[in-house]
Amino acid sequence: MKILVAVKRVIDPYAKIRVNADQTGIETHNVKLSMNPFDEIALEEALRLKEQGLASEIIVISIGPIQAQETLRQGLALGADRAILIQTDQDLEPLVIAQLLNRISLREAPQLIILGKQAIDNDANQTGQMLAALLNWPQATFASKVTIDQQRVTVEREIDGGLQTLAFDLPGIITTDLRLNTPRFAKLPNIMKAKSKPLEIIASETLGIDLTPRLTTLSIKPPPIRPKGILVHSVDELIDKLRFEAKVI
Amino acid sequence: MTREIMVYDVVIVGAGPAGLSAAIRLKQLAPTRSVCILDKGADIGAHILSGAVFETSALDKLIPDWQARGAPIRVNVTEDHWLFLSATNAWRVPSWLLPKPLHNAGNYIISLANLCRWLSEQATELGVDIYPGFAASEILYNDQNQVIGVATGDMGRAKNGTEKSNFTPGIALHASYTLLAEGCRGSLTESLITRFQLRKDACPQTYGLGIKEIWEIDPALHRPGKVMHTAGWPLDNQTYGGSFIYHLEQNQVAIGFVTGLDYQNPYLDPFCEMQRFKTHPAIKPLFLNAKRVSYGARALNEGGYQSIPTLVFPGGALIGCAAGFLNVPKIKGSHNAMKSAMLAAEAVNNALSLNANPRIPLHAYPAALKQSSVYQELHQVRNFRPWFSKLGLFWGTLVAGFELKLFQGRVPWTLKHPREDRARTLKAHQASVIHYPKADGVLSFDRASSVYLANIRHDENQPVHLHLRNPNLAIDVCYPDYAAPEQRYCPAGVYEIIHDLNKAPRLHINAANCVHCKTCDIKDPTDNIVWTVPEGGCGPNYPNM
Amino acid sequence: MKTLLLLAEHDQHGLKPATLNTLTAAKQLSNNITLLLVGPDSERAATQASAYQGVTNVMINNHACYDHGLAENIAALMADLAQPFTYLLAPATTFGKNILPRVSALLTIAMISDVCEIIDDNTFVQPIYAGNALKTVRNLQAKQVLSIRTSAFTAAGELTSTPAPIDVLTQHPQARACTFINQQLTVSTRPELTSARVIIAGGRALQSADNFDTLLAPLATKLNAAIGASRAAVDAGFAPNDQQVGQTGKIVAPELYIAIGISGAIQHLAGMKDSNVIVAINCDPDAAIFHCADYGLVGDLHQIVPELIEKL
Repeated sequence: MKILVAVKRVIDPYAKIRVNADQTGIETHNVKLSMNPFDEIALEEALRLKEQGLASEIIVISIGPIQAQETLRQGLALGADRAILIQTDQDLEPLVIAQLLNRISLREAPQLIILGKQAIDNDANQTGQMLAALLNWPQATFASKVTIDQQRVTVEREIDGGLQTLAFDLPGIITTDLRLNTPRFAKLPNIMKAKSKPLEIIASETLGIDLTPRLTTLSIKPPPIRPKGILVHSVDELIDKLRFEAKVI
Repeated sequence: MTREIMVYDVVIVGAGPAGLSAAIRLKQLAPTRSVCILDKGADIGAHILSGAVFETSALDKLIPDWQARGAPIRVNVTEDHWLFLSATNAWRVPSWLLPKPLHNAGNYIISLANLCRWLSEQATELGVDIYPGFAASEILYNDQNQVIGVATGDMGRAKNGTEKSNFTPGIALHASYTLLAEGCRGSLTESLITRFQLRKDACPQTYGLGIKEIWEIDPALHRPGKVMHTAGWPLDNQTYGGSFIYHLEQNQVAIGFVTGLDYQNPYLDPFCEMQRFKTHPAIKPLFLNAKRVSYGARALNEGGYQSIPTLVFPGGALIGCAAGFLNVPKIKGSHNAMKSAMLAAEAVNNALSLNANPRIPLHAYPAALKQSSVYQELHQVRNFRPWFSKLGLFWGTLVAGFELKLFQGRVPWTLKHPREDRARTLKAHQASVIHYPKADGVLSFDRASSVYLANIRHDENQPVHLHLRNPNLAIDVCYPDYAAPEQRYCPAGVYEIIHDLNKAPRLHINAANCVHCKTCDIKDPTDNIVWTVPEGGCGPNYPNM
Repeated sequence: MKTLLLLAEHDQHGLKPATLNTLTAAKQLSNNITLLLVGPDSERAATQASAYQGVTNVMINNHACYDHGLAENIAALMADLAQPFTYLLAPATTFGKNILPRVSALLTIAMISDVCEIIDDNTFVQPIYAGNALKTVRNLQAKQVLSIRTSAFTAAGELTSTPAPIDVLTQHPQARACTFINQQLTVSTRPELTSARVIIAGGRALQSADNFDTLLAPLATKLNAAIGASRAAVDAGFAPNDQQVGQTGKIVAPELYIAIGISGAIQHLAGMKDSNVIVAINCDPDAAIFHCADYGLVGDLHQIVPELIEKL
């Protein structure tokens, strides 16, 4: 089985997010960029499936600037077999990302595609579902447990208020939630070896997809500052405020 | 224990200016040599913190076309002010009165972290293998007591030492020569210094703690290239230290405050000194309509010439601030760090060319260094810092200034650093409590909100990397005798004395707050705290510090 | 006339509250709103839905292939029905997030997730970077697909005396779909931390694990709240790891967050600052937690908490 794992290069989850001075975007100058944590989980799951003998090849794919090669090399160091970068300097919308991934899926014919449920930059939570629609494949989103028996994939997924278990026959799409696994660390010798693993770069314009954004960003602003609260002087006053002013109890 | 082994000609610990310069020089001299650099930061530059006003003398020799190659060295020093502060006033020292090392014309204001990122690109281009996120946690020796490389730390161990699901054992990196470029108070460097008695013929090292913030200020007040240093308030006359304020690019200003760690009063709190410094009437206006964007801290060497240890050991050498080449009155060390690294690289290359077995010691390196500008300038300023320790701010500055101004250091005496910094700490009953003003949330802040801006990543479920030699000493001795100064000298709030239900005090270590400044390893009066590396990739993620 | 199709979330007991929040958003965009309910158990919810003011039509489809909120077939149906509608909405719950992007892709439309403010009929605000920034987006597509952040809109409550007509759909377009195996909904007596409406969080000032049990637990029971803890409290062993709220723990945004004996380290604040109402109880009037609290009460938590339990 061939598995395709999509990974995105995002601002590191431990970096502080700051809106730039003209409120058109997030400050990325001097900011560390890393693999989207949900995508690390996606890759880890693929690696585990390979270790169980259930997968033969893992391809990591990213769509982004030339520097996204670093993220792909990280994926290769973690154990992916080869990498594809669809190079673009544009900030593409999830629909376009899904269309580009669809093109690559048709070429590579993976049986399973695993993606993070969302990227921690735009928090869109769309790409996996959209790709599933374009491929007309079943989708198991927000996965917290994956088991594969022959062609049959069983996925436990996190839904509001509990867990749901679904199954599908390959091919299909899985998007990962936080509890699916704990990603491994790259081993130093593997980082060396990753340098010689194949990494193909494809220009985004060559795939026949219209990359033009359909949405226009008017502004990006920091969230409003919380208005200053008040001190109450007794438990009675607190209960009164919570009941009648805030109306939360 | 068997570890996976990788073999290199040269292994370098630390991707700071020294480590990167050594690697670049080696590859320039012999492109086929295999060189690797390990760094405990998640990324190159993540643990680099410096002022920094940069003198390009070493870089001019290492990469002469640095400008064409786009080095992030763009802001020329345009204004240079020295101020003496009292609590309410500021006096500018006329520049004609200042000794030459205190002049900054021709220098640049840079982010050393960004310079390291650029240097790492240059090194990678030359074929150096650079591994950020891997902490060298152990020196490896052969049975002849020679250093044969280092081992990286295990990853994925739980707090109690057991292996987690993502456990990845460390690996051994074997090398013909190992260069330690850990920067000030490196944990492996210290173990080597002890093992090979490298400090036998040198004074104890003396240190300062630099606490730094980056602010985005009102564009109207921003003067790219402006440099300002202060001495005096808020420190008392007996405590060495001072501030710097550098105007970088993009409306950013770096503000730093250095406190000499030979301070005596255990109640002194370098973090609070830094915070209240910003409230001085001469300083405050710059930060009023401004936003603090970054925070960090790092110890620095102040021992200079007298404190340089023996630089070589069987199988390798100490380079850069792991040894300690900071020029105190100049407040610069990066150029010397780079220079020492280049000379060490040349010695390593020559030694490797001889192909001798066993490897010959690198004595050519200290020999070359003694002939170099590094020794020359450190020798010239050698008495500057000790005069201060002897005479205090007023007379110390005056005498040291005259010595430097009139004789350029050509005096027959060399003053010593008699004791380790920790040994100068007075007992609590001999000192008076210092009452610091409360953080105002505008200019001054508390530790928690400051540490937040250091972007620390530290998996809390790992063994604590701050070891107590004797776990009882903290409460039995340090707490009653010195009023637990670790609560105050730590700029990250790692150490807290907590009173349990029964009111008994207990030392709580918030290891996940650690910004890797190494002050606890230096200043604990009972020499009880040992700083070791946590899991690779942990610690601060400094942007452009 | 701008028409709107809202995919309702419901179960056999009726409409889920998220649907009513989404309806409030829908009413800001259109006065011709159709609610779509799918699955074999949708009748009861459909009857309920038809009674809400602002609902023009209700469509239900009882076919078994739409049971359990499985995305593939529901998306196919919704895409089939989309033609006359300007807006396609769903709540940004795991139900809506699972289905709506799939609809959007079938229609080749760029979708906007987690709309938290509607500025005009084609301008929307959405949180990005985990709420650390708000992005304002203009959407000039002829058809617009939006998921609605339910906590940003109040629940529609107004009923009408003339219920909307209910159409029963019979078409059931199908896609290659997952098969439902089973579902376990949490029956825990305490809600889960990340989805709780109320959170009671304790800090190191509680001084012991016992106090977590004897002081916080009864209060949490009273308010049907989840229990959270600061890093310091977890570190000290007063509370288990999975209760940690903060930058390195869980990020929560309940309706009501009561911080008890928490000093308010910024790492903790980062994990709960988006809570709707924050109450802080602490004996130190200078504690940083008071800066972000809507209601602060200075005093000894050992007296305050029992009094609170008694009087609630």
